[in-house]
Amino acid sequence: MSVEIPFGAVGANVAKLESAEKLTGAAQYIADLSRPNMLHAAIVQSDVAHARILGYDLTAALAVPGVSAILTGADFPDGRMGAFIKDEHAIAKDKIRYFGEPVAVVAAEDEETARAAAKLVVVDYEELPAILSPEAGLAPDAAIIHEELESYLKVFPAICDGNMASYTELSEGDIEAGFAEADVIVEGEFETAPQAHLAIEPVGALAEIDSQGRITLWSANQSVFRVQANVCESLNLPMSKLRCLTPRIGGGFGNKMEPHIQPLVVRLTQVTGRPVKLILNREEDFECVRARHPFKIRCRTGAKKDGTLVAREMDVLLDCGAFGDDSPGVLGYSLLMSRGPYRIPNVKCHGKLVYTNKIRFGAYRGFGNPQVSFAAEQQLDEIAAKLGMDPLDLREKNLLQPGDAWFGGGKVASNGLADCIAAARKASDWDSRTARPAPKGKRRGTGVALGAHISGLLGTGAIVRVLEDGSIALNTGAVDIGQGSDTVLVQMCAEALKVPVEKISLASPDTDGSPYNWGTTASRVTYTTGRAVVGASKEVEKQLKDHAAQMLECAVGDLELRPGGMVGVTGSDKEVSFHQISLRAHWGAGGPIVGHHTLVFDQPTVDPKRAIAKGLPFPQIGVYSFICTVVDTLTDEVSGKTEVDEVWTGVDVGKAINPSLVIGQMDGGFVQGMGFALCEEMVWDGPKLANPTLLDYKVPTTLDAPYRMHTTIVDAPEPDGPFGAKGAGEIGLVPVPAAIANAIASAIGNRLHSLPMKPEKVFRAMTEHDDAA
Amino acid sequence: MTTKTQDVTVTVNGAARTLACAGTTTLLTVLRDDLLLTGAKRGCNQGVCGACTVLIDGRPMRSCLTLAANLDGAEVTTVEGLAPRGELTRVQESLLKQNAVQCGFCTSGMVMVAHDLLQRSPDPDVEEVRDALSGNLCRCSGYRALVDAVIDAATGGAA
Repeated sequence: MSVEIPFGAVGANVAKLESAEKLTGAAQYIADLSRPNMLHAAIVQSDVAHARILGYDLTAALAVPGVSAILTGADFPDGRMGAFIKDEHAIAKDKIRYFGEPVAVVAAEDEETARAAAKLVVVDYEELPAILSPEAGLAPDAAIIHEELESYLKVFPAICDGNMASYTELSEGDIEAGFAEADVIVEGEFETAPQAHLAIEPVGALAEIDSQGRITLWSANQSVFRVQANVCESLNLPMSKLRCLTPRIGGGFGNKMEPHIQPLVVRLTQVTGRPVKLILNREEDFECVRARHPFKIRCRTGAKKDGTLVAREMDVLLDCGAFGDDSPGVLGYSLLMSRGPYRIPNVKCHGKLVYTNKIRFGAYRGFGNPQVSFAAEQQLDEIAAKLGMDPLDLREKNLLQPGDAWFGGGKVASNGLADCIAAARKASDWDSRTARPAPKGKRRGTGVALGAHISGLLGTGAIVRVLEDGSIALNTGAVDIGQGSDTVLVQMCAEALKVPVEKISLASPDTDGSPYNWGTTASRVTYTTGRAVVGASKEVEKQLKDHAAQMLECAVGDLELRPGGMVGVTGSDKEVSFHQISLRAHWGAGGPIVGHHTLVFDQPTVDPKRAIAKGLPFPQIGVYSFICTVVDTLTDEVSGKTEVDEVWTGVDVGKAINPSLVIGQMDGGFVQGMGFALCEEMVWDGPKLANPTLLDYKVPTTLDAPYRMHTTIVDAPEPDGPFGAKGAGEIGLVPVPAAIANAIASAIGNRLHSLPMKPEKVFRAMTEHDDAA
Repeated sequence: MTTKTQDVTVTVNGAARTLACAGTTTLLTVLRDDLLLTGAKRGCNQGVCGACTVLIDGRPMRSCLTLAANLDGAEVTTVEGLAPRGELTRVQESLLKQNAVQCGFCTSGMVMVAHDLLQRSPDPDVEEVRDALSGNLCRCSGYRALVDAVIDAATGGAA
């Protein structure tokens, strides 16, 4: 199947629309904004992990000259927010649930004053036992973190009990019969570390109240609509009273999708009547926003002698942290990904999500998928080794085939995975891998992992207007967090209407004027919002043609869009411009041309005839993108330090609307995944995060990242995707820890089961193997 | 808060500015809050991320670690002052064309160190570029496109 791209705006490496602004320092991010008479805020963080709040002493802090207001939990309404479980107030009220949780907020004439006063706020606590691991949370006598869990509003059929926030299971086939058929069974436990998002921009917000009490809120976010919903839920505010806007966003990766400190500045502007701005510093951003879930995974996989996979069982335990946030979604999604892109007839998996007294864990590029892939993709290599098979051949033998459903029964309409493998196999010269030399003192390894990831979920919309002069105004409400969706959506609109990209303006997301967009998350903007853009453009085309038919006195069916904003009669040189049509629409007949289209993703995740699901969120999840990643690694024999030497990726994103931006997602996803695999780890010293700084939390630099990264984009158009497109945002990261683990195993002859694969762990595994040999 | 200040005269993007600085005020704060030059970003305020990099007397420096009071007589160039309004330097142009910019938060700092590199070494190889950019963190790009764009700027697109 191929997709028609007659105009050429889609598929072109159009330069990102806002790059010049970013390159000259003109782009404005939240910290760059200010309003007249603005106050600056600072938070007070708890220095206990689990406690009842007995009282506050604000005397000294209020006495600091320049302090305008100090708010504590007592000054906030009792509303609760939460994407899946409404369990979180705007600020700690009555109870502290993690070390570093905001417990008060100060507004002052300048930031220095606000921070100085914040240090003088005294909070009196009655400490409770801190629960610092999911196992401790499940202990029969554990202190309860959310006593009212039972009564919280939940947006899915949650199974919860005590500190267990959610239990989910999903199964297909007959797991006992499956393992009974198996000639080889591998079983193991795997563990992944918490990872910080570390967008280089820390979070922040700025709120301003008007004389009617209506509030405008700018913030670092991935969805102005989620900001609006969360703030209004936590502050018991009607949504019509809050307008949310977005400046440029300095990276998100999931961290800015759900709320951070937005409710605090909204409450402060309500109380003070003045604009209030709050920007977290790096340490605060580390300590009180969110992070990637640490997983504990027990995985068992069975295969027949010929390599046919017959059974997979997986059991996962997730640390939820102090609040539900996106965690039930991450648990459910990780189980949905536990089979991987393979035909395995018998699969049973389940998982528990447990509240602890740690920072909330939440959405992070990959959404649980990299964690379960780390286990599952390593077990495929173990099976291949036991059977004496090539790891890539084993995968190909069991590959999910076009037409096959996803685990649970969800439809997979386009599947270019076989082409992804072929591309990566060829580019990496897979068959010669063992013959590649290693520099003296290093051991070379080659590893592969496959992956799949959805793009989809929930509601989205687009409005396309034809301005009086025939140029086009596009408005979608989708926040571009740097990945390039603004450019991609404009390219799609340009293609649909055959007008140059330069003739289209794009509105900045605004809850007052933009159509609803759930958010820039779940790799969804290109696919779902793109569908809305194409739908709205088609509606505009229809209206343009209705006008043109009357102006040219012909049938609508005889008309065609022509490049450059023209409507012409097919086979004739008779034509009118968008400009002429729009003048008629504005001043003469019919009214201004506005096209709109909205949709909600509606393909079911589970087919109840095939699968049994309990406690699974996301009844309608998405379409599937696919990837095959091969890496070459070099492990130092003296230190155990592993570097990635070269990477080859084949990826199916349906149709690349802008290939250079897709490659940017693959490169960036790889290096973020490499950090997760090799060096990144949030470490707690008791209840306190021990490394909340960039000096102590190591992310890859240019010297750590491989320069030789090669991506082949495979065309596998999604039938209902815009120009065939599917999502590209997360999939590049998904297979990375597994591929690197498989490469290390091939180099050192021993397998690592926990992330990050730090030099000392690799060194130990290498020596263990060498000593045994 | 009222703090003792001293007057410091600094040339910023070609214009002489006299600033009243407290002893603890950093150049980054002066640029962003007093001069409203917000191109330099505060990513960590600890000298690690490099997003605040500016040129001081022609050399790339972390403005978050530089005390403004020490800069009397110095010449500071920020990303806003690299090219005349409406124009881009070769490096900026190349980063734009190659779609090497994602969220943009590290971009100002990257542009400054890349600009400095090409002043010192007009024809750098990949290793030189990686080394020059190694003190600046980018969480979006994976760096490859940034390195390629700098090489491309040096070779005028011939590479």
